[in-house]
Amino acid sequence: MSVQVWTYILVGLTFALYIGIAIWSKASSTKDFYVAGGGVSPLANGMATAADWMSAASFISMAGIIAFAGYDGAVYLMGWTGGYVLLALLLAPYLRKFGKFTVPDFIGDRYYSKTARSVAVFCALLVSFTYVAGQMRGVGIVFSRFLEVDINTGVMIGMIIVLFYAVLGGMKGITYTQVAQYCVLIFAFMVPAIFISIQMTGNPIPQLGFGDTVVDGSGTYLLDKLDGLSTELGFAAYTDGSKSILDVFAITLALMVGTAGLPHVIVRFFTVKKVKDARKSAGYALLLIAILYTTAPAVAVFAKTNLIESVHNKNYEELPAWFKNWEDTELIGWIDKNKDGKVQYANGHAVEGNKNKPVFDGENRGEQGERVITNINNATTNELFVDRDIMVLANPEIANLPNWVIALVAAGGLAAALSTAAGLLLVISSSVSHDLIKKMIKPSISEKGELVAARISAVAAVCVAGYFGINPPGFVAAVVALAFGLAAASFFPAIVLGIFYKRMNKEGAVAGMIIGIVSMLLYMIKYKLGWFDDTLPPSDEWWFGISPEGFGAVAMIINFIVSLVVCHLTSPPPKEVQDIVEDIRIPNNAGKGVEDH
Amino acid sequence: MSEKQNRAKAYWKENLKYLLVLLTIWFLVSYGAGILFKDFLNEIRLGGFRLGFWFAQQGSIYVFVVLIFVYVRLMNKLDKKYGYDVDQENVTTK
Repeated sequence: MSVQVWTYILVGLTFALYIGIAIWSKASSTKDFYVAGGGVSPLANGMATAADWMSAASFISMAGIIAFAGYDGAVYLMGWTGGYVLLALLLAPYLRKFGKFTVPDFIGDRYYSKTARSVAVFCALLVSFTYVAGQMRGVGIVFSRFLEVDINTGVMIGMIIVLFYAVLGGMKGITYTQVAQYCVLIFAFMVPAIFISIQMTGNPIPQLGFGDTVVDGSGTYLLDKLDGLSTELGFAAYTDGSKSILDVFAITLALMVGTAGLPHVIVRFFTVKKVKDARKSAGYALLLIAILYTTAPAVAVFAKTNLIESVHNKNYEELPAWFKNWEDTELIGWIDKNKDGKVQYANGHAVEGNKNKPVFDGENRGEQGERVITNINNATTNELFVDRDIMVLANPEIANLPNWVIALVAAGGLAAALSTAAGLLLVISSSVSHDLIKKMIKPSISEKGELVAARISAVAAVCVAGYFGINPPGFVAAVVALAFGLAAASFFPAIVLGIFYKRMNKEGAVAGMIIGIVSMLLYMIKYKLGWFDDTLPPSDEWWFGISPEGFGAVAMIINFIVSLVVCHLTSPPPKEVQDIVEDIRIPNNAGKGVEDH
Repeated sequence: MSEKQNRAKAYWKENLKYLLVLLTIWFLVSYGAGILFKDFLNEIRLGGFRLGFWFAQQGSIYVFVVLIFVYVRLMNKLDKKYGYDVDQENVTTK
């Protein structure tokens, strides 16, 4: 059977499964809708959290980013896993004990103020919207690549599916579909990785394989070989990296803290029964995430080595079929700069302008039959353009795996994108229906009314996200990675201080959150979007050499300092609030004290 | 201060001690071994891996997972020690 047929079968089956689960787990109360009734088992919650967490970017792009960044890719690997340690140890158990529905709920009650709640709602919406637009786009891209439909049609199909189970089932529907989506995506990621690991190193475990020797019998370690190939072509050695230590440190910290501060991740821990379960499910979540995150760097090494070996200094006409297939989708491009008919891969961009992506001259072909590219960068000798997403998408073809494996990757990519989009949409809808309508605008609303409001806001959120998916504003892509910085700069300090520092008051928390998120926004606008100047300021103007991605760590420190200073200049929180803090610190109110026996 | 409050205080103190130890390890494997001392550790090899690189792309993640499960275990024991492991519902229906 062809790849196309297999893709339709696998994607169709998984979608039928998701819809079936949605019908089975329909939400009947606001508690069901916001926190799945609060009775999800730790393992199921761990799986749902993992699927929620691993987006289209983790599934499709991460291995490719690492393949081109080498050591520097570690910022994503450590940053997007280490945050779970902070979550499990510093946030999840206490927020579970607090036992409400949303993050603004906690901020609003702990800081006894509507201002604090509004600031939190604003931050939650800002973070979630920047993140969700990218996900809807991801759904569209996966559809267009594998099912040969238009990207916008892909976004529409994705919207309808998400709409169906998010609106009907709320958190309950989302949780159980995410459990299924986790299984699909991890299977889809691991199967090709294992096959390729065996092909290249003879070791079936990718995590060990990329530290093993290559199968040609020479006894060379794969990583040494790749280091050699990289330096030969003028790149930094793969295991060395090129970012400054301070920047690597800052980015890793911003991503870790941001992970722990993302509302759609935190809210997952409201769905389990007990404090004990919250801790345990954070452990399961990280374990399940780690399976993919420790495989991705191995896939990166396999794919990069494979790519260089099968393409560099080879005649174009002798290249394998996958090269030409992906050239047709414009993810690979070749310009014969020195007219020798061979592909030369080297450091530097092969093309210029258009965000360093090639501009193809329609269907025109050059002398060797390659597609003609018009924006050639003659300053470098590099002749090859490779989109980083190809490292995962084309891997099964490069390794000559059967068609059903290629189709599986499509189903996995869709599962990853849909599960994350659904989780984010739920945060957006509950921020509107619960935090804005129920808690601020119309507290008298009935349970039934609130449930209707929650469903309507979910529909509205899907439409807005879909709109951004179809018409992505230029800045969305640039800003998605910064959602972490925003979360780190706003929520994390307010929540941690709220739990660990009883003296923390509303003035300190509000001032910290506002100054933290504003400083992050300003730095981002200046150095990432370049709206303050005519051109984007160069990287040597960054403060202390810290990139916008890493600035979240600085903004978080600013938030902590401002919170503490302002807190000490103003009066301590009232007694009831201090009692709340004491209460959330212990797992339950019972105990075998003298009075109980 | 009541007996109940003292108990809560002692429990919290032990919890903070665990957090300090576990977060120190968390910091050392990722920011220490994976970033600050990476070049130094890269001199040591673990099969085909340079050690600093391995910590940055593999080792730290394994340690993170272990840390959470160690914490779960420690806290379950601590809950038991202080009698916080009993469900509230069970006690009130007694």
